[in-house]
Amino acid sequence: MSGITFDIAHLLAGSLVLISFMMLYQDRLFALINVFALHAVVLALSVAWQAYIQDAHHLYITAAIALVFKAIVIPVGLHRIIQRLGIHRDIETAVGIGPTMLAGIGLVTLSMVLMLRVTPEADPLAREDLAFALSIILLGLLVMVTRRNAVSQVVGFMSLENGLVLAATGAKGMPLVVEISVAFSILIAFIVIGVFLFRIRERFDTVDVGALDDYRGERR
Amino acid sequence: MNSTVALLLCGPAALLTTAILGAAAGRHTAATRLVYGAAFVISAAVLAIVAGHLASNPGEAPAIALPLGLPWTGARFRLDSLSAFFLVVVNLGGAVTSLYALGYGRHESAPHRVLPFYPAFLAGMNLVVLADDAFSFLLSWEFMSLASWALVMAHHRDEANRRAGTIYLVMASFGTMALLLAFGLLAGPAGTYAFDAMRAAHPGPLAAGAVLGLMLLGAGSKAGLVPLHAWLPLAHPAAPSHVSALMSGIMTKVAIYGFIRVVFDLLGEPAWWSGIAVLLIGGATAVLGILHALMENDLKRLLAYSTIENIGVIFASLGLALAFKANAMPSAAALALTAALFHVLNHSFFKSLLFFGAGAVLTSTGERDMEKLGGLIHRLPVTSFVFLIGCISISALPPFNGFASEWLVFQAILRSPELPQWGLKVIVPAVGGLLALSAALAAACFVKAFGITFLGRARSAAVERAHEVDRWSLAAMAVLAAFCLLAGILPGLVIDGLSSVTLSLIGDRMPVQVAELWLSIVPIAESRSSYNGLLVFGFIAISASLAAFFIHRFASHALRRGIAWGCGFADAVPAAQYTAVSFAQPIRRVFGSFAFRARETVEMPAPGSLDPARLRVDMHDVAWEIFYQPIAGAIDFATERLNHLQFLTIRRYLTLVFLYLVILLLVLALWP
Repeated sequence: MSGITFDIAHLLAGSLVLISFMMLYQDRLFALINVFALHAVVLALSVAWQAYIQDAHHLYITAAIALVFKAIVIPVGLHRIIQRLGIHRDIETAVGIGPTMLAGIGLVTLSMVLMLRVTPEADPLAREDLAFALSIILLGLLVMVTRRNAVSQVVGFMSLENGLVLAATGAKGMPLVVEISVAFSILIAFIVIGVFLFRIRERFDTVDVGALDDYRGERR
Repeated sequence: MNSTVALLLCGPAALLTTAILGAAAGRHTAATRLVYGAAFVISAAVLAIVAGHLASNPGEAPAIALPLGLPWTGARFRLDSLSAFFLVVVNLGGAVTSLYALGYGRHESAPHRVLPFYPAFLAGMNLVVLADDAFSFLLSWEFMSLASWALVMAHHRDEANRRAGTIYLVMASFGTMALLLAFGLLAGPAGTYAFDAMRAAHPGPLAAGAVLGLMLLGAGSKAGLVPLHAWLPLAHPAAPSHVSALMSGIMTKVAIYGFIRVVFDLLGEPAWWSGIAVLLIGGATAVLGILHALMENDLKRLLAYSTIENIGVIFASLGLALAFKANAMPSAAALALTAALFHVLNHSFFKSLLFFGAGAVLTSTGERDMEKLGGLIHRLPVTSFVFLIGCISISALPPFNGFASEWLVFQAILRSPELPQWGLKVIVPAVGGLLALSAALAAACFVKAFGITFLGRARSAAVERAHEVDRWSLAAMAVLAAFCLLAGILPGLVIDGLSSVTLSLIGDRMPVQVAELWLSIVPIAESRSSYNGLLVFGFIAISASLAAFFIHRFASHALRRGIAWGCGFADAVPAAQYTAVSFAQPIRRVFGSFAFRARETVEMPAPGSLDPARLRVDMHDVAWEIFYQPIAGAIDFATERLNHLQFLTIRRYLTLVFLYLVILLLVLALWP
């Protein structure tokens, strides 16, 4: 593998991790969704690059799916939901930005140490990709854990799935049908979650999941 | 001859189809006949196929691999001599039970809860016996457990049945878990789950010991070994009587099949001490089972406890076979294994017969409590006759089959002085003493069961209105009674039939018995001991007829017929008779304080008061208190502590999952 292809793949995967970090400190919903759309665009680029260097044409379809659904359909849908719910001015303050960023750095370190240790004889590109993918997954989980708003939890979930796609394309020979089915299950999850958001909203006048806990008589 | 196994697999398939039919048409009145009739025909057909296979090519072990189940193993089935023997036990029992159920099932109040599961249960037992890889075995085993659990829960409105069902489910899951671990150890790191691969691999001594222990837990919990027996006397009686017969007479035998298959076949050469564990557990199970049975007043529970005793006898004999096999004494091992298998067959006969009898008593009187029965010999003459045959057989009295097999067990025990290890030399006779004790107690127990239930005078009004049950039930009981007698007077035929099993598992067989003069059986040598059931039968028949003739011919004809157990009172009330509790009292006094921590207290009325004095007896199930209550307490404690985890917020749950994942990754990263 020549240096430039590796470097570009590395750059794209690295920027995905960087954008995941950006998501961690967005405290406005619109900003968060925009960052997510950027995440999806970079993912599509990265997958397309993998398709090019692996000479695997079906990966272009994966890239197209990522671009159409994750960079356009879902962000636009989320924008509309936020406008209809009227929560675009909400500011989330679940966990402070500083501790969150520190935790994120720790997670990335962990996944690097782990992945580079357990895959010493793998292809170097796949190795780096897997390490970055695990970081993105863990950061997505961190977004889900540190947010209170249901919409931003959805975004965390979607970015987590981007990490899965990155891992899948980095490993050679993942069948297309698996990726398509993953993409569709994500889309369906998005629809279901969207419906639930409106249901929650109708009942409690908010999409702060804390309201659900108050309803159950719990204190946080 | 792969077609034989394919043909045999049609049996369970047909049974499962019948189960679906039963589920669809469960409430229809004709469904009872249809389902039990079909089950009868299918069981008989499987029996015929096995018989044909054994007659035409006895040495072969046809196998088949279906492309189901685990991808690289498939679902394998095989018919060797051991499977064939247990198929005969299962399907003979299944056929007779279906015959009985043709009549008995009509009294069922909720047939739609029984009909779908009955054929499924039979199918599960057939599949366990045929399975040739661990996955199919465990799947069939679990299917069998679940189907029988559904049958136990058939009358789930009763609180006691629900409790029995819950305990059964827990114990069954526990047993399957033990089996799973045992098969995992047998499969080794390579993960070969086919039985022939396990047979080829020989686990080290530590793994072999662990497998033996796990099999004792897994198969033993299903068979009812002490202290894993607690569910059995609750669950077996809770099911409808024909299902009780299947569970007690047949399903416990399937558990024994599992034990024999793994320990004698798959595990390879046993260690010399492995026999000791099995022997001791078997002996303890026999004695404790029959002591519990003696204390019991509920007829079906008494029978269930007596099953535990017989399982103990069988396991003791299997332990003996292990000890002989480990010491390279194949002829003695063959004798012990034959005795065990013969007792398996016999117990399936007489225990089914006795449960059928209990079912007949239950349908005609509505009572299971012996203290409310009595005098049924006048109302149910045929039932009481066949029940008596069952009682004599299970009490191991000649000329019936129970004697033949228990006699063989003792013949095997008498060969123990030839064993080299001193531990075995001491323990085997001691276990023999336990078995002798349990045989004697069994006789007492069934004198009580028959005497209190069928003799004396009626203790309640329901008994006086009782009338004989239908012909299907009577026919099924008569068939089993005939089997009991036939196996008792012609034991040589059965022993020769079992020779192929012992040949394949141990490599030796008992001497050929059919050639002996007058159908005698000679287990070791003519000079040591021999038994002739036919001769004993003839002697008993002739001497009893002569005695009856002389009494009727020469005794005084000035007869006056008094009431039974009148005790000299002018108007003796039925309550003055011997009761079940009073019959068992001497034995309770001797063994009770040790085995049940029984305490008797006398409560005297105050001086001058006219109240009656009362004798109160407190008994405890020691196994329950020692083994089960601490475990249940620990689980209660833990669940109480963890209960608040049920009420966390969504974010907390996510955080928990997240932290757990991070911790796992950290462990992986820091692992040296």
